[in-house]
Amino acid sequence: MLNYILRRLGAGLLLLAVVTAVTFWIFYVLPRWAGVTPRGMAAMYVGKAPTPEALDATVERLGLDQPVAMQFLEFVRGLLLGQEFTFGRETVECAAPCLGYSFTTNSPVLPQLLDRLPVTASLAFGAAIIWIIGGVAVGVLSAVKKGSFFDRLAMGTALVGVSMPIYFTGLLALAFLVHKWELFPVSRYVPLSEDPVAWFQVMFLPWVTLAFLHAAQYARQTRAGMLEVLGEDYIRTARAKGLSERRVIFKHALRPTLTPIVTIFGLDVGLVLGGAILTETVFSLNGIGAYAIDAIVGKDLPVVLGVTLMGAVFIVVCNLVVDLLYPVLDPRVRIAG
Amino acid sequence: MSAPSHAPDSAEQAEQTDAVNVATQAREVRGDSDNRSLRQIAWQRLRKDKVAMVSGVVVVLLILAAICAPLLAKWFGAPPTQFHQDLIEPSTGLPMKDPANPSPFDTDPWGAISAEHLLGVEPVTGRDLFSRIVYGAQISLLVAFLSTVLCVVLGTLLGIVAGYKGGWIDTVISRAMDVFLAFPLMLFAIALVGVIPEGVLGLTGNGLRIGVIVFIIGFFNWPYIARIVRGQTLSLREREFVEAARSLGASNRHILFREILPNLVTPIIVYSTLLIPTNILFEAALSFLGVGINPPTPSWGKMLSDAVPLYENAPYFVVFPGLAIFVTVLAFNLFGDGLRDAFDPKTSD
Repeated sequence: MLNYILRRLGAGLLLLAVVTAVTFWIFYVLPRWAGVTPRGMAAMYVGKAPTPEALDATVERLGLDQPVAMQFLEFVRGLLLGQEFTFGRETVECAAPCLGYSFTTNSPVLPQLLDRLPVTASLAFGAAIIWIIGGVAVGVLSAVKKGSFFDRLAMGTALVGVSMPIYFTGLLALAFLVHKWELFPVSRYVPLSEDPVAWFQVMFLPWVTLAFLHAAQYARQTRAGMLEVLGEDYIRTARAKGLSERRVIFKHALRPTLTPIVTIFGLDVGLVLGGAILTETVFSLNGIGAYAIDAIVGKDLPVVLGVTLMGAVFIVVCNLVVDLLYPVLDPRVRIAG
Repeated sequence: MSAPSHAPDSAEQAEQTDAVNVATQAREVRGDSDNRSLRQIAWQRLRKDKVAMVSGVVVVLLILAAICAPLLAKWFGAPPTQFHQDLIEPSTGLPMKDPANPSPFDTDPWGAISAEHLLGVEPVTGRDLFSRIVYGAQISLLVAFLSTVLCVVLGTLLGIVAGYKGGWIDTVISRAMDVFLAFPLMLFAIALVGVIPEGVLGLTGNGLRIGVIVFIIGFFNWPYIARIVRGQTLSLREREFVEAARSLGASNRHILFREILPNLVTPIIVYSTLLIPTNILFEAALSFLGVGINPPTPSWGKMLSDAVPLYENAPYFVVFPGLAIFVTVLAFNLFGDGLRDAFDPKTSD
């Protein structure tokens, strides 16, 4: 068991290292291959229209004229130990883990990112709870009542769900539920700690919209998985030995169905935590995804880099959590590990 | 010859690799016994599946519409970038019901739909919405097809090699699949658009944007195909015909591409059909965020994002591009589901 945990941890760290390297490659090496000069790179990093002197200073400051290997070392050093940037006489510190320094807002990226994390986290966890419970419940019911009216209705809705872009459903929800019928308030994000009721009211629609898309996928997958498992011999055995149907479904059939679902769940939650870009844009939530989009529009590349890296970290961490949960769900992992 | 006892159930999918795996075996068994190839059986089943047939027809029509966009625009609309500001009320920017008597209080929430403009005109510019949506199909399908092809090529190559060679090569490729699935795809796409300069590989403007989007999708989504191909190859390589080829002294390349690959064509086609709608949604999302296709080239995602601030006064401007995406994606999904069921022996006769 300990062996298993250590191996998963090791794999997670390795994945993190690879992700960091690829992110670095995309931001620092790929543009060079594409023919961008160090000055051109600097221009991408300072934002706004800079003077040639400012560009040279940035090249110097970020070491953009250094060999790629040196830049990578510097990048990793910043992540692990922090970095310092000098502006004339002034020195600014970007504490470890330094995800980058925005020259547009003159501040390190990480604190700004953490500022917006509560919004994205509220969105992600709220929606995740709805979609995992809703999706799995609908999937199980559909599988059990296969071919019934409920099944057909649910699967039809699910297919619509996976085929609708979220910004379309979101817009429709805003247009009808908020503006036309005024069922939900028009308001900005309110922190949970400030006013839980207002927080809930504001977040409800984004949750449902985001959850609908995912729940549809989960319902389809759960149904397919359940149908396959329900055809297995051991289910017949369980029924034959006189177990109640409820016990057969929930104890014997659902458990193996859940294993692949939980894997995807980990990936999805990680992905949404790194910024639910579309949902945040549609509902004007000032989360990490909106931060990334603002940064792209404002050509604030260090922020984009920071968000990307952070997003990858979330995915890796969520994956790790799922890996560690596996032995609980699937006894085979416990024994094999 | 036994007919399917019930219409294939759209979601009755077994574990994917497994299903198609059995399908390949079933091909031989059935082909011998009643002289029908798996493809014939599948086609017969598909023809009985009304939903799949209708969505298949919609898919074909959409592709035709995209190819014939210039003709359609000529016959039924106006060029997609031509302004019709005589139809727009200048102070509100909205289309008017009666352009002869301009009034800010006489705007049309349905975009001045007329015989000349089947879906009305865009607010502010007055461009013909019908032809913009038809041209939008062109971009949308082009990006989706190209990126799917890239996914399939990469995924098939890596999957087949991983499955056939096994050992450390398999381990490396399988780990790589995990790594690629761990990337926040959309963030990377957005970042790349910001980082890649104009004029790379001689590409500029939308050529470059399309290139970047196709590259991103292909480069990060190949594991989906690769997993399926790998699983198939694992079981195919143990089969007699592969052994026979090997004992006749066939090269690895021959075995991989002449013996194994033909058996993979069916699952690859089925899963590519299901990958296309995902890629359509991805392109639309990027254009919606303003990092996809550049205006004035029409794209559904961009139209929707233009419609966001106007949705109260010009609901049609949200509805038409939104429906275009929805119908296209739904048609591909339904058709892909039907195709998979038709080839899946577990939904069998």
